[in-house]
Amino acid sequence: MARILMKGNEAIGAAAIKAGCKFFFGYPITPQNELPEFMAREFGKHGGTFLQAESEVAAINMVYGAAGAGARVMTSSSSPGIALKQEGISYIAGAELPCVIVNIVRGGPGLGGIQPAQSDYYQSTRGGGNGDYRLVVYAPANLQEAVDLTMEAFEVADYYRNPVMVLGDGMIGQMMEPIEFKEPKKRELPSKDWATTGTKGKRKPNIINSLRLAPAELEKLNHKIQDKLKKIEENEVMYEMYNMEKPELVFCAYGTTSRIVKNTIELLKSEGINAGLIRPITLWPFPYKAFEEIPETAKAILTVEMSCGQMVDDVKIGISGKLPVGFYGRVGGMIPSPQEIVDKAKEMLGGVK
Amino acid sequence: MINERVICAGFGGQGVMSMGQLLSYAGMIEGKHVSWLPSYGPEMRGGTANCNVTVSDTPIGSPIITHDATAAIVMNLPSLIKFESELENGGMMLINSSLIDRKIERKDIKAYYVPANEIAGEIGSGKVANMVMLGAYLELTKVVKVETVIEALRKVFGPSKEHLIPLNEKALQRGAEAVKEQ
Amino acid sequence: MAVVFKRTEGLTETPFHYCPGCTHGVIHRLVGEVLEELGVLGDSIGVAPVGCSVLAYDYFNCDMHEAAHGRAPAVATGVKRVYPDSVVFTYQGDGDLASIGTAEIVHAAHRSENITAIFVNNAIYGMTGGQMAPTTLPGQKATTSPYGRDPKTTGMPLKVSEMLATIPGATFVERTSAHNPANIRKSKKAIKKAFEHQLAGKGFSIVEILSTCPTNWGLTPLESLKWLEENMLPYYPLGNFRNSEEVK
Repeated sequence: MARILMKGNEAIGAAAIKAGCKFFFGYPITPQNELPEFMAREFGKHGGTFLQAESEVAAINMVYGAAGAGARVMTSSSSPGIALKQEGISYIAGAELPCVIVNIVRGGPGLGGIQPAQSDYYQSTRGGGNGDYRLVVYAPANLQEAVDLTMEAFEVADYYRNPVMVLGDGMIGQMMEPIEFKEPKKRELPSKDWATTGTKGKRKPNIINSLRLAPAELEKLNHKIQDKLKKIEENEVMYEMYNMEKPELVFCAYGTTSRIVKNTIELLKSEGINAGLIRPITLWPFPYKAFEEIPETAKAILTVEMSCGQMVDDVKIGISGKLPVGFYGRVGGMIPSPQEIVDKAKEMLGGVK
Repeated sequence: MINERVICAGFGGQGVMSMGQLLSYAGMIEGKHVSWLPSYGPEMRGGTANCNVTVSDTPIGSPIITHDATAAIVMNLPSLIKFESELENGGMMLINSSLIDRKIERKDIKAYYVPANEIAGEIGSGKVANMVMLGAYLELTKVVKVETVIEALRKVFGPSKEHLIPLNEKALQRGAEAVKEQ
Repeated sequence: MAVVFKRTEGLTETPFHYCPGCTHGVIHRLVGEVLEELGVLGDSIGVAPVGCSVLAYDYFNCDMHEAAHGRAPAVATGVKRVYPDSVVFTYQGDGDLASIGTAEIVHAAHRSENITAIFVNNAIYGMTGGQMAPTTLPGQKATTSPYGRDPKTTGMPLKVSEMLATIPGATFVERTSAHNPANIRKSKKAIKKAFEHQLAGKGFSIVEILSTCPTNWGLTPLESLKWLEENMLPYYPLGNFRNSEEVK
């Protein structure tokens, strides 16, 4: 199929339609508005239902209802809006329902700004709401990946009955790149015999619920969720190893930042420094095992984020003290330049030599 | 090897975004790697809008242009002031001299002055000033063929706006002519 | 032997957990009976709230969905959009619907979402132990208004039915009471009308039912019924506030 040029936000919407998503509940917030706007325009032509909710809180609870009814459903927002959605996300995780949540991250805290950021790493990868749960979090670095991972997100959500997040940022959402829409990879999915479809007088009522007042029952639910999350950790980790044959320095970066780091690696190469990159594609489950594959040549790890240092915690867990871990970050919508990162890399290598 | 990093800038309504999109679209049609990254937010509402376009023979790393633009197309004075420093050594700046009455300050970059609004007015519509600038840029760099830009334009416009193609074609031509002598 | 009274098919066999004298049980039964009589149990999906009726999903004999505090109308919207032909209802108390969930109920009405809300107003937070609600009467004592609700600092009670009746999309709005048999019969009629309204595709319907909370009011069940009649009825007049054929 031919490549087409699309904006990231719209491409994610088109991918959702292609993946068989039938319901979208959203609320306006920059820089993701093109996504609900695209759905409002295009969804109906593909048998989908778009609804602009009165708030992010309502939107995620509509997702909760539709997911409970067994539908393929999604919502999208940006950082402060995702913060509001945490209530519903926790319920959805607790009731073990599938859905896809898109977060086109902007700078925080508070109302913050509207420019690209990666400061929702903790919020995304640690659950985000109350209780013990995790979202599968995909962090595309380009629009082709955004499309492919959005399609995969629906399959993974249904496969495990767990909410899945696609985490972009203002740049991924706003930019245009050529995209090819391939047929989504289908998994063998269990039937949704738990959904609230109406009993039709043929079975006992289905109940969608996260409430377990008896402690032993709640513990049982938690163990069930944890067993499922363990399977996800075993089977769904995705990452890219870039220029990792004999790196002196290993970068770790995801999404937009990983692209800048790839430019940095070229600049360092021209100065005779060989650097590689570990790029997590799933932020949860985090690719800890990638850090076991780092060659002996590496002297240090430099984590680069558009945050004050959040993923760096996972990098430290991954490397388990075997190599020094440095951090470079810009925040507030400021984007690190390749040259800044080169300077930090040299400083780091100087320090460890 | 092509690796063009272009900043298109002006105020809202001057068509800088669509100019960048057309260039990206044409690059894609010709099988090149392309990316288009807009500025967004309140500054878009009447202020200075800009986009970063990369057209390359090799995969694109960062779509952000930081001090290494190969070219900048500036449609108004604030854009000239903002982006002169973003060009790499030897880069080129295309300046809409209809609205910008001053020269650039840097000596290490090339400047081309194109009275885009006047030319656009002459051929029938001030709205195609952006296409005049794009025509000039393509003449100087040959990043993509003019015919490919027209092909892209046809796809963007659709049948309902087919009648606007000749005007845009003319604007591209006149832009090219304007820099041939410079 | 002829059966003169039996449990409605609209309810499961699970025993209610409600306090003695609480009218939730009666209202549950009314809803169950109506769903049974309309023959829609197999097509019904209920949304349970947070509050005393948080376990409503165990009592109604149809598919049920839990909701976070106040969000039942949003959850119901999600369900109804997936199954437009099904009968979708929320069952909510006054802390849930009139406080934390005002945005959701107002906008479900605003969109004229074709669902039915059963709103049980007992002028207090029951499950959390008797805190002041937006519907608590002036001077009424609650654990967070220990000297009686002071309108100067906490406002006058919110009249939900009157407020919703101003919304074009709220096409059926009625307030009834559960304090005596005559009013219980009227409540059932209103509930039935509301569900029929939904079945006819006429949009958002709500029945507000004045209810008691002997435990948190500190009264006996009988005293509670009397208190409701003497104190709530004057402030919350019963009657139909809206019955439109369609959104106008």
